[in-house]
Amino acid sequence: MIATSVNAAVSLKGVTKTFGKGDSAVTALRGADIEALYGQATFLVGPSGCGKTTLISIVAGLLHRDGGDLSVLGTDLGSLSGSQLTRWRSESVGFIFQAFNLIPQLTVAENVAIPLVIRGESRRAAVRTAGDLLAKVGLEGRERSKPSKLSGGQQQRVAIARSLVHNPRILVCDEPTSALDATLGRHIMQLITAVSSAPDRAVLVVTHDDRIFNFADRIVHMDDGRVTHVELGGHQLAHAAATESHS
Amino acid sequence: MKLFALKMLFGDTAKFYGILLGLAFASLLISQQSSIFVGLMSRTFGFIQDTSQPDLWVIDPDRSFVDDQKPLRDTEVDRVRSVSGVAWAVPLFKGLLSAKLPTGERETCDVIGIDDATLIGGPARVVQGHVEDLRQPESVIIDVKSSSGKLALPTWLKPGDSVIEFDTADESIPRRPMAIGDVLELNERRAVVVGLAETTPTFQNQPVLYTTYTQARQFAPPNRRTVSMILVKALEGTDVGQLQRRIEQETGLIALTADEWSWRTLKYWMTQTGIPINFGIAIGLGFLVGVAIAGQMFYNFTLDNLKYFGAMKAMGASNARLLGMVALQAGVAAVLGLGIGLGATAAFGLTVPGTRLAFRMVWQIPVITAAAVLIICVGSSLLSMVRVIRLDPAEVFKT
Repeated sequence: MIATSVNAAVSLKGVTKTFGKGDSAVTALRGADIEALYGQATFLVGPSGCGKTTLISIVAGLLHRDGGDLSVLGTDLGSLSGSQLTRWRSESVGFIFQAFNLIPQLTVAENVAIPLVIRGESRRAAVRTAGDLLAKVGLEGRERSKPSKLSGGQQQRVAIARSLVHNPRILVCDEPTSALDATLGRHIMQLITAVSSAPDRAVLVVTHDDRIFNFADRIVHMDDGRVTHVELGGHQLAHAAATESHS
Repeated sequence: MKLFALKMLFGDTAKFYGILLGLAFASLLISQQSSIFVGLMSRTFGFIQDTSQPDLWVIDPDRSFVDDQKPLRDTEVDRVRSVSGVAWAVPLFKGLLSAKLPTGERETCDVIGIDDATLIGGPARVVQGHVEDLRQPESVIIDVKSSSGKLALPTWLKPGDSVIEFDTADESIPRRPMAIGDVLELNERRAVVVGLAETTPTFQNQPVLYTTYTQARQFAPPNRRTVSMILVKALEGTDVGQLQRRIEQETGLIALTADEWSWRTLKYWMTQTGIPINFGIAIGLGFLVGVAIAGQMFYNFTLDNLKYFGAMKAMGASNARLLGMVALQAGVAAVLGLGIGLGATAAFGLTVPGTRLAFRMVWQIPVITAAAVLIICVGSSLLSMVRVIRLDPAEVFKT
């Protein structure tokens, strides 16, 4: 077990990852150090190819690291077998994908219910739970619609509902606003950061979209497989300013 | 997840119908062509199977198939009768003779001459008249299908009318089935229809005429050898296998059971003609159509859904679960496609009886078709499964 901050949901120290071998080897992470705290939204930003996606893939248990220490929700993912890791993902991680990845042949409610069905719940119960969550993201009455009948913003809200339906403790978002206009992007980020404010949950967001930086608690800047610097995000600064004015 | 898998399959309407169409068409081609092939091949030995009385068929050793013209001398019948264990042995004539109808039209007919005394070898089911009527002079029993087909006569021609030449090319003339009392000529000799019988159509679909052996010899051109085959019954309690060997040793001929004789005939057609190759090509094409259309389309369907499988994998779905989804999709598509294809073949089969098209759908054909469809679906789903297993869930972040 690596030493981490008491409140760290995710802790990486010197994590490395290389794809391929020999001359074709590409090093994606060259010793990344990051902490993401419970109750916060941590943004990973940086140029394309800097290792952001590789890093969240490792945190989400989708990729194995080559070296370094990693603890996610108090678990060293490297110690889990393949099936344990699959089960851990189904219980602990919520995903929001850049392309939404909503299955077009299923209804909105069925799409949201997928993580619950994967965990073994009956389809009927899962769809009922999904319906409740859809109401919370403002999509009441659209449960039986097909994703193609929804706007981009509505589809992203479905994706958010799907990522939360099984009550995961870590939410991994990949470019959640890249396909949305500024207004919709802000609305979506409000939903996501509302989730992150839960004290037992952490949110990791990979983004290029500087319009939403003010929703971050911490912004981790990456370049060439390393963390270059970490700064407080607009959300944290606003929170600090509010605290200061109250005092 | 099973329902989700099915919804994914049915929901992609264009691909689903494409897969279904491909599998159904492949099933139809494979089962229909196989059924026609089996029907056609069955006709080559239909006569043997129709003649149930003998235990053994004694033929010239060089005779390869039932219509092969290698007759025996009459004396061979007595030689066979003299073999220990033979209850009876009767001659049978089988040959192609030209028949002239009352209209002047000519038809090549398959004439079967059966033993005068016992009438053994006669048609299994006489639907009009009696087999004993063959004992009347110049009498023949004709097959019922040909009576209303190749042997049909103009309606205005009454039974017993002698040959009247008329314009046979005029197809507008209404015709009636040839009936009892109608007269035709076999090699310039008068023959009177005394009955109608159901028979298996011959390979060349000629009319079948039954008569007595003696009468057949009179119809046929003069020949020293007129016994086509000798039908043999074993004495009760005699081992047929041992009797076979005794007949062969003592006469130099070969003695075959009905199944052996049928297989010998079938083997000739299978090995000496291009029929199996032609049908094999059609059946193979059906299989290729299935692979090319349904298999490839199913593979593409999986590829199109790969990102969703990836997303589900990321969300914690195991490989086994995803493979189960792919297998279910392939299985359902296979069952539906096979059902439609076999249904269409069966419907086709129901429309063809009584026509010239041979069609026989034995139980092995649906099994073979199912196996072919299974190979197509398993093959394409295995390829799809490999893609799903190899799918790196991290790929979902790269779209």
